[in-house]
Amino acid sequence: MQNFINAYSWINIRFLLQGLWVTIEISVASIICSFIIGTFLGIIRYAKIKYLSAIVGFIIDLIRNLPLLLIIFFTYFGLPNIGIKPEIIPAAIMALTVFESSMVAEIVRSGINSIDYGQTEGALANGLTKWQALRLIVLPQAIKNMLPALVSQFISLVKDTSLATIIVLPELMYHAQIIYGQNTNYIIPMFVALAVLYFIVCYSLSLLARYLDRHLA
Amino acid sequence: MLDIITTQWHPLLNGLWNTILCSLIALVGSLVIGTFFALLEISKYRIVRLIGSIYVEVFRNIPLLVIAMGFFLIVPMYIAKISGFAAGTIGLTLYTSAFIAETVRAGINSVEGGQLEGALANGLTHAQAMRYIILPQAFRVVIPPLGNQFINLVKNSSVLAFVAGFDLMYEGNLIANDTLQTMPTYFIVGILYLIITLPLSYYMRYLEKKLA
Repeated sequence: MQNFINAYSWINIRFLLQGLWVTIEISVASIICSFIIGTFLGIIRYAKIKYLSAIVGFIIDLIRNLPLLLIIFFTYFGLPNIGIKPEIIPAAIMALTVFESSMVAEIVRSGINSIDYGQTEGALANGLTKWQALRLIVLPQAIKNMLPALVSQFISLVKDTSLATIIVLPELMYHAQIIYGQNTNYIIPMFVALAVLYFIVCYSLSLLARYLDRHLA
Repeated sequence: MLDIITTQWHPLLNGLWNTILCSLIALVGSLVIGTFFALLEISKYRIVRLIGSIYVEVFRNIPLLVIAMGFFLIVPMYIAKISGFAAGTIGLTLYTSAFIAETVRAGINSVEGGQLEGALANGLTHAQAMRYIILPQAFRVVIPPLGNQFINLVKNSSVLAFVAGFDLMYEGNLIANDTLQTMPTYFIVGILYLIITLPLSYYMRYLEKKLA
């Protein structure tokens, strides 16, 4: 018990919260980037443009089936081998964005596919261009369908930021490691704190996903 | 790139084998545990349901790395000495079982209610009805999502690299550090992962289309 009281001193808690803040910052940056890029890629894949869609689709499949950890290693340790040296934070955001945007692209594609083609036909018959039909008619409806899946994808993104501890990104997991690295008595209190902090962030997002699921679908 | 394959094929194959082994053990383990908690979640009793959903929510909302590292560091301190491979596999099993529980529960819910009523009306007990009537039908529905879970499992098994589990990612890192040829090494490691996951992923897509 004494271990817990010592471990949760204000200095340590503040240090953990600083880590949590970095986790959230990195997550938000990656979510925004991967949402934009993922939607774009999903539309390309849906649009069935000759060659381009097939190539983009295949690349998405490749990235989706690789471990994120490998992609993180690849961006931070692999790229310097060919002369590109990203800093830690951009490397982390880059790796997360590459991985998650391929996931988002799949969600967007199936979301668009779930909208009845009659909607597009109707829009085209009313004189809208293909792009207008997609942007004004199909996408708004599709986003409603894919929001729950998107939110759960973003939950796993938040959890996945912990993997970036391997490239010494100063996020929550890394800060906890620094604390229990100084005193092995702090290992259990730190893992309890990690579990609680990650749980609070991810569970509130799950509640959001459930709420959206119930009120939109 | 070729010299890495010719000189380092032995650790690479060893890592690949450990990755496959860990994924298979975790798959079987998490199927059993996941089905158990799925059954808890649909129980008649409120307290049992609560236990089921607490387990699922806890393990779904904590990063796999925290679970695996926790086992790796805490279990040897108080309970027993375990290898990184064992700790990682246990962590992976618990983490995946929460997702499998959700998948199986959705599968059970997709089986029409009349089936259960019919089974009960024919004199089966609740447990028998689950065992012989509901679960066999539910598992057919959940095969594609379970396959996708297995793909995730293979990818997630890369956290064994954090706990000295001698999996593909760990061996790949050692080689990358030894040879300093990081780019080609990670490239080969990536191809080895894709050999397992890509065919599975296409097969699951095919199955989904066929069953839909």
